[in-house]
Amino acid sequence: MLHRFANPTRFLRIASVVQPWMAWATVLLGGAGLYLGLFNSPADYQQGNSVRIMYVHVPSAWMAMFCYSSMAIAAAVGLIWKHPLADVAAKATAPIGACFTFLALFTGSLWGKPMWGTWWVWDARLTSMLVLLFLYLGYIALVNAFDDPTRGTRASSILVLVGFINVPIIKFSVDWWNTLHQPASVIKMGGPSIDASMLWPLLLMAVAFTTYYLWVLLIRIRAEIIGNKIRIARLKQVHG
Amino acid sequence: MIKDFIDMGGYGAYIWPSYGVTAVVMIVMLVTSLRGLRENEATLQSLEVSTEDKS
Repeated sequence: MLHRFANPTRFLRIASVVQPWMAWATVLLGGAGLYLGLFNSPADYQQGNSVRIMYVHVPSAWMAMFCYSSMAIAAAVGLIWKHPLADVAAKATAPIGACFTFLALFTGSLWGKPMWGTWWVWDARLTSMLVLLFLYLGYIALVNAFDDPTRGTRASSILVLVGFINVPIIKFSVDWWNTLHQPASVIKMGGPSIDASMLWPLLLMAVAFTTYYLWVLLIRIRAEIIGNKIRIARLKQVHG
Repeated sequence: MIKDFIDMGGYGAYIWPSYGVTAVVMIVMLVTSLRGLRENEATLQSLEVSTEDKS
């Protein structure tokens, strides 16, 4: 089953079919999420309208961790089964995940100033998120640092897998350490403790961010596969 | 009415930059990715044409 999609030629064909669907899903779900989030959801009884930052902050943070977990799975598949498409997927995910991590930190800072009275605090959640950003940037630097792409892939895949320890630390940091950042209110035991009028725009934005990720991921994987073809064609020109 | 919406109960200065920067980052990411794909497609095509010329 997996092997059928893992063939690069077949993948390119499927990608060109799926890509417009992801684009439309992103626009429509994101539009609906923005409408509900900005016009049709109440202000928080404690935080007032500043709670609306949640609709971009929380999906960004979720995607930052989701992208890194996807990268770790892809890196493991690439290392164990030597599957070229897995390495391509990991490399294509990294810049997108780095963007989401930056957005989670940036919007969190803009939410922290009015609510906590500070742009930044060295608490466990914020610090582990900053470490995640550096893991992404380190991976991107390493994967592009070698003349021989296979060596760069190997070294950077190991970096991703070692760095994966940071993901559960981010997730549970708000439970393990009692800090300024509030604990989880959606993904937790006993179900979400947030009202439907706020949960809906949040979930719509989260799904829109996910389809956006898949949309850009497909574009970047296609570009990477063609990049590999270019490299092979150039080698043929030199040696042929 | 519109002024109230932009003001967001005094939090507008924090809310709009959050949404604005998120939109800008996501659009720039999308556009650079698309541009990279187009460039690679063009490069591959020109390479294929030049190898066909030789043979």
